Amino acid sequence: MLETKIHNLNLKNPVMTASGTFGYGEEFADFIDLNRLGGIIVKGTTGERRQGNPYPRMAETPSGMLNAVGLQNVGVETFCKEVYHRIKDLDTNIIVNVSGSSIEEYCKTAAMIDELDKIPAIELNISCPNVKKGGMGFGVNPEMAAQVVSEVRKIYHKTLIVKLTPNVTNIVEIAKAVEGAGADSVSLINTLLGMAIDVEKQRPYLSTITGGLSGPAVKPVAVRMVWQVAHAVSIPVIGLGGIASAADALEFLMAGAKAIQVGTANFIDPAVTIKIIDGLEDYCKRHGINDINDIIGII
Amino acid sequence: MRKYITDFTIVEKKTYNDTYFSMKLRHPETLPSIAAGQFVEVEVPGNKHVMLRRPISIHDVDTVANTLTLLVQVVGKGTRTLSMLNEGDKLNLVYPLGHGFSIEGGKVLLVGGGAGIAPLLHLSKCFKAKGIQPTILLGGRTKSLIPIQKEFEPYGNVYFATEDGSLGEKGFVTQHTMFSTNYDHIYTCGPTPMMKAVARFAMQNNIECEVSLENMMACGIGACLCCVVDSDEGHKCVCKEGPVFNAKRLTNWINK
Repeated sequence: MLETKIHNLNLKNPVMTASGTFGYGEEFADFIDLNRLGGIIVKGTTGERRQGNPYPRMAETPSGMLNAVGLQNVGVETFCKEVYHRIKDLDTNIIVNVSGSSIEEYCKTAAMIDELDKIPAIELNISCPNVKKGGMGFGVNPEMAAQVVSEVRKIYHKTLIVKLTPNVTNIVEIAKAVEGAGADSVSLINTLLGMAIDVEKQRPYLSTITGGLSGPAVKPVAVRMVWQVAHAVSIPVIGLGGIASAADALEFLMAGAKAIQVGTANFIDPAVTIKIIDGLEDYCKRHGINDINDIIGII
Repeated sequence: MRKYITDFTIVEKKTYNDTYFSMKLRHPETLPSIAAGQFVEVEVPGNKHVMLRRPISIHDVDTVANTLTLLVQVVGKGTRTLSMLNEGDKLNLVYPLGHGFSIEGGKVLLVGGGAGIAPLLHLSKCFKAKGIQPTILLGGRTKSLIPIQKEFEPYGNVYFATEDGSLGEKGFVTQHTMFSTNYDHIYTCGPTPMMKAVARFAMQNNIECEVSLENMMACGIGACLCCVVDSDEGHKCVCKEGPVFNAKRLTNWINK
């Protein structure tokens, strides 16, 4: 009933977890059966180990939060040697979010992940707002976005998802550019660039001054962008941004997303993904829907 | 150690003053084992301006009655909302989280300041269970900001330091006559400048020292990477690798 497909990936259901909000999955194993998920996008992985930005890295804002983690991760070599072996036997799609500061770095990481049998896809992150060099720099310019995707496409042979930033004038233009460069799917949206100030201390809450806004506050923006992109490209769209319930997920599916990712809501309820899966099943039963694909893109 | 997400019921609430309150929470089933220094992530009900859970250290555990107690300082909108809850209300917790204190023998000093006093009660009881009587040194700006006093008496020799001299000796905990090199282990929780001073003293005198940090957190389980401390081995999540750290791992942080 809930099965769906992203390029060559078969998903048990459309519910995946967003990179940077779900660790390597292991952190949530006490709370949920990870094998019930449609997929897990593990944290952003770069060519070398990264320390990320200085503390403080987060601030709660109305219906959302700002973060400025800055891609702290163990690096692709440690991922392949250690982390991969701990998670590879999970019965779900394990997808690695590949981040970087240069085309060479993206390609190095993607090539190493390509060698891992149990990783059927990567999500190319050209949209992180929290690193000084690269990241979002690629995702805000159609030519640069196309260039990094086409270079990675040459060396990466499995499903290539490209994660887009909302911090652009026209996201459709970027989506079309990466589709033309060989992306198999796009996921959107990454966080919206934001800022918050502690007026008592008279300084920004984040060490980096600005950071990425996520949570329910960004959901209407994300639904709008998913709807625009889904009508403009032929590759499948994965929707994310503030999803915390089955109803939220359904909005994205109806707007045209073939699958969705749950992010910030994992911090509030570590079992929320399972509630969303159960809620989607319940919705289908109540509405006499035999195949979730029947409601995808109906708007 | 397995973590749970579950509802508790508030069975007892005490309000000490404008700043501090405590809640005793009961669970219908047997509690898992909880180390001193571990914490819970509390969902804050009924305030649409509070989205994230709040990390709060575990003050006391009763494994017979299946209760745990949180001693909470009101510092912002999350804790203020929690302070308005009443007996009978439900509270959803993710727990028990993080790594607690080691319970090492010899001569032991516990140093607590302000809300950092909270985890030291459970810690004192854990020492007592091992037959160790710690020296307990509690500090605050003034007497009313040390909400829990006599509760510690059965578990060790208790001393106080207040900046205005309203309770115990006048001055900081690190100026107290009981704060000396006469210990094998020092365990501390409280304001950052206090913990740094205690840890520096311990390191200079070759005394084992554990500090319990309190960084801002989102998830509490090592997924979001927001609560990091700049440890000697790089950024480490306070929620997962801490909140209790051996001071030797934090020389960067202590000397900054």
